[in-house]
Amino acid sequence: MQTMPPALEVNDLTVAYRDKPVLWDVDLQVPTGVLMAVVGPNGAGKTTLIKSVMGLMQAAAGSVQVFGEPAGRQQVRRIGYVPQRTSVDWDFPTSVRDVVAMGRYNRGGLWRRTDRRDAERVARALATVDMEDLADRQINELSGGQQQRVFLARALVQDADLYLMDEPFQGVDAVTEQSMVSVLRRLQEQGRTVLAVHHDLRTAPVYFDWVALLNVRLIASGPMAAAFSECNLQETFGGLAPAWANPPATTAA
Amino acid sequence: MSSLEFEILVTAMTVSAACAVPGAYLVLRQMSMVADAISHTVLLGIVLAFLVVPLYGHPLMVFGASVMGVVTVLGIDLLKRTGLVREDAAIGITFPALFSLGVLLISLLARDAHLDEHMVFQGDLVYSVFQRLELADRGYGPMTLWKMAGIFLLNGALALRFHRELKIATFDPVLAATLGISPSLVHFGLVLMTSVTAVGAFDSVGSILVIGFMVVPPVTARLLTDSLARYLGLSILLGCASSLGGFWIARTVNGSVGGSISLVMGAMFVAVLLASPRRGLVADWRRRRRQRVEFAVRMLVIHLFQHRTLGPRTEENHAGHLEVHLGWSAEFSRRITELAEVRGLISRVDTHWLGLTSVGERQAEQALAG
Repeated sequence: MQTMPPALEVNDLTVAYRDKPVLWDVDLQVPTGVLMAVVGPNGAGKTTLIKSVMGLMQAAAGSVQVFGEPAGRQQVRRIGYVPQRTSVDWDFPTSVRDVVAMGRYNRGGLWRRTDRRDAERVARALATVDMEDLADRQINELSGGQQQRVFLARALVQDADLYLMDEPFQGVDAVTEQSMVSVLRRLQEQGRTVLAVHHDLRTAPVYFDWVALLNVRLIASGPMAAAFSECNLQETFGGLAPAWANPPATTAA
Repeated sequence: MSSLEFEILVTAMTVSAACAVPGAYLVLRQMSMVADAISHTVLLGIVLAFLVVPLYGHPLMVFGASVMGVVTVLGIDLLKRTGLVREDAAIGITFPALFSLGVLLISLLARDAHLDEHMVFQGDLVYSVFQRLELADRGYGPMTLWKMAGIFLLNGALALRFHRELKIATFDPVLAATLGISPSLVHFGLVLMTSVTAVGAFDSVGSILVIGFMVVPPVTARLLTDSLARYLGLSILLGCASSLGGFWIARTVNGSVGGSISLVMGAMFVAVLLASPRRGLVADWRRRRRQRVEFAVRMLVIHLFQHRTLGPRTEENHAGHLEVHLGWSAEFSRRITELAEVRGLISRVDTHWLGLTSVGERQAEQALAG
């Protein structure tokens, strides 16, 4: 067994909105170097899980450890966060390049201006997500898929060890989705860990190698082949899922 | 222009510039009406400070006003967070309550020449320059000018020093938090800046017009540029330009300087709203008209293409029948036909019947292929 601590370890995490539990006693381990999809119906607490790890939401109980240390200000800096695209005001007067450069704002203190190394990193990240031609475009002129790619590029320049992504493929066309998936794969090859909220049950087993099935409580988590079973999906989605999902467990049977 | 008039003008421009800095960020953060609330409730802070140290212009006033600005915003946020009152209503409840308390206290307790209700509501640029800064029996010009110049420099320095924090906390508070920048610290920093600026501008433009000084130039600037740096610079510049124009009007009609400046700001906004090259309504209207014409030409080409097999002279390609088939007016049909002819897309079989040229056919094929 590996001695390396998991990238993310969540123990007994309960988050509630007043007396309504959003997450109910969740225990989740995300080993370093996996691509993990978080799937579950609407209102399952997927975004809440990510926000709790980031310290953006108060937990009623439980603990979060990032690379073996309690999640605090220091550990949060090792996390790259890709929020839902609708979480910001895209009419803000700035360019694509500038938004990506924001991912470098924590390097070397805030006094420092963006230097050439930062500029190179930003340019490389934009090339990685096929956005270099749009670098100087105003962000209010972008399509939904382009906005999503800007967020991905911004996460890349953060040089994080753990990436938390909230529906990174939302509003993205099929071609872009493929190129974004290859970016995720490259992150994995570099030894980084990705945890992404994902909605499409058909592509989940194709894009990711680990999965967490969440519906307020954690139904199952682990390697895709073991956890993404028809039985678990049924429990997560209440019998609706298998009609349109194609879990590998059923195709093998 | 007399030296007094010159001082009034320079003071007016300084007030505009000082107000534009917090104003630009308030507009981006959709806090324009919060600024209105703050500019009124700081009055209560001023009066309370005045009760402790009855001296107009005492530093305690700035402190009292700042505290009250924060209290106002906290009050609005708290009301909003109950989920029972929406933000606009929360502002409408919080600010008159605190403001009226201030007004009441003035009328009851502080019957002083330097702090009366008229000044609070309106302020007076002309009157304000009569208060001189004097040190060791030497005069150094109007007090308000020095005060507002100081506030402008402070605002400008803070905006430059914290431009990354302001930008990121405004655009994406969540990312700011993960990078170790506290969005609420930035939020209340801006509230403090707004409060201090509002207090500073009190005796020259009053609590009502100061919202115009803060909000109108940035909103106008936003219509003219998409770059944050240019937006900030332009906000200050437009504020100063309005002051110049407003001062000239006030001088000509012998009226209120602050009022004239606000009026010019409003007129400038309307002018830019109409005429801004990219975002303006006129440009938008022309773009739409052009698009309509372009689309109509394409439609005509495709119409002729779809019916080309019927023969050279059918009802479908009769110039006079476009009105029926495409639902166009006779005038519009004539214009579109002429345009398509000039571009070499269509030709006339004879006077009445239209046919596609080879260029037109190619274009139709391309358009239909998507």
